[in-house]
Amino acid sequence: MEMIEAKNLVYEYIRRDEEGNVEGIIRAVDGVTMEVKRGDFVAILGHNGSGKSTIAKQINAILEPTEGTLFVNGIDVAEEENIWDVRQTAGMVFQNPDNQIIASVVEEDVAFGPENLGVPTEEIWERVAESLQAVGMTEYRYHSPNKLSGGQKQRVAIAGIMAMKPKCIVLDEPTAMLDPNGRKEVIKTLHELNEKEQVTVLLITHYMDEVIHADKVIVMDDGKVVMQGTPREVFSKVAELKKHRLDVPQVTELAYELQQAGVPLPNGILTVEEFTEALLAVKGKY
Amino acid sequence: MIRDITIGQYYPADSVLHRLDPRVKLVGTLAFLISLFLFNNFIGYVVAGAFLATMIKISKVPFKFIVRGLKTIVILMLFTVTFNLFLTDGQILWQWRFIKITVEGIELAVFMALRLTFLIIGSSLMTLTTTPNQLTDGLETGLAPLKKIHMPVHEIAMMMSIALRFIPILLEETDKIMKAQQARGADFEEGKLIERAKALVPVLVPLFVSAFRRANDLAMAMEARCYRGGDGRTRMKPLKYNRQDAIAYLCLTGYLVFVVGISRLAEVFLAQWLG
Repeated sequence: MEMIEAKNLVYEYIRRDEEGNVEGIIRAVDGVTMEVKRGDFVAILGHNGSGKSTIAKQINAILEPTEGTLFVNGIDVAEEENIWDVRQTAGMVFQNPDNQIIASVVEEDVAFGPENLGVPTEEIWERVAESLQAVGMTEYRYHSPNKLSGGQKQRVAIAGIMAMKPKCIVLDEPTAMLDPNGRKEVIKTLHELNEKEQVTVLLITHYMDEVIHADKVIVMDDGKVVMQGTPREVFSKVAELKKHRLDVPQVTELAYELQQAGVPLPNGILTVEEFTEALLAVKGKY
Repeated sequence: MIRDITIGQYYPADSVLHRLDPRVKLVGTLAFLISLFLFNNFIGYVVAGAFLATMIKISKVPFKFIVRGLKTIVILMLFTVTFNLFLTDGQILWQWRFIKITVEGIELAVFMALRLTFLIIGSSLMTLTTTPNQLTDGLETGLAPLKKIHMPVHEIAMMMSIALRFIPILLEETDKIMKAQQARGADFEEGKLIERAKALVPVLVPLFVSAFRRANDLAMAMEARCYRGGDGRTRMKPLKYNRQDAIAYLCLTGYLVFVVGISRLAEVFLAQWLG
């Protein structure tokens, strides 16, 4: 049993006119089959309108599949009575940090999830302390969320999900509204949670440099899965990525251009260190 | 100017007043506000003022911070003072045609100004020392009996706490939109009242659109965190009365008895002395 299993998943947005007649149907997710293994860090890439956010909402049972099946930790998402189980198993973090913080004090916001689950008071305190520790926000527990930076707010939102003890966290473009420092902060926190707490992470993003350390990358375009594999496998196909209107990390792009110009560099270089090493090796040969 | 509103803003500090049960503070504030209307002489105001000053001192909230909240009611205050000053009948001190200033008018104007000031300071002191969540928890627990007659107490409390959380965010957004419109030549400061009101339309429309978008996002985020109404919910900070709350209730009763008693006594003495 995998953490997330989707088979031929379809979602259609139906637009209706004022009388309720169907005006148009948009297939946001079109026959997606994919799986996320327990404990993995998986990234879904895709440009705007590729259907990646719709999938996230389906995993959290906010949207119901039009066709196909979707299982989260073996629970069928389409069954009405499973909704709350699904939402507790796969916690979701959204894009805008301001619009998902409910309370006016950090610790009270982190407690919101466990409160909804009916967790006893003493355990809520433990969970809040643990989650804030896990995202490194303990010193801000009595602060107002309004005075935090974007990255810190997003870490509070992650702590709020962690306090519900989910097996998996789905993040829908959590860094889209953050500055570069905030982005690094959030991604680092996610990797730590993945390693230390063994939480499965499904990161949805369109920033390439955030996915190079993922275990698996899934590329979506037009509602379909078009590529998947390890970051190295995916990023070695620069031309194909460009076809799907995606960029590659800058170093990978530079290596690719040099390769095209005739420098014998290996495929799928992801970091500056790798690039320097490869380039030095090449230099030695000539 | 919008930044001056201190009602509904929490000032974090570690004081006895911050630690009190929100129900005590709610009842206390209400009692204090009512007490302001139970007397009509100078001594009563001195006692009420002293009580308020002590509370401010205990709360550890800087006085400057509290006074900022008064700026917003300056116009209302001027109105009441002017009306009371010029339109009260009694022993005339100065007169020009139909406008007159009387001893009773001065007295009433001063009392009204004091009363308004105490009202605002008293209620903002409560919101400054209580987090919106505690406040709504207090309301929810306090009004819980009303659930029996199908009042959506939990929902109302939740709506209030969310509204309070979004006040600063929406204020910031208003500021941003106003600046954006000013950058494109909008003028909010000049013109007649109607023109100025019209100039606000391009601010209000985007503000409403964005507020609805935020509401939508927030509802989704709340559902994703398993929010399903008040049933079966536990609390991180359940409300429990303890010793300091009992003491606070005692102090409150003491204040009420004292302020009513002493102002009654003063009235009797005054009547005897004058009579």
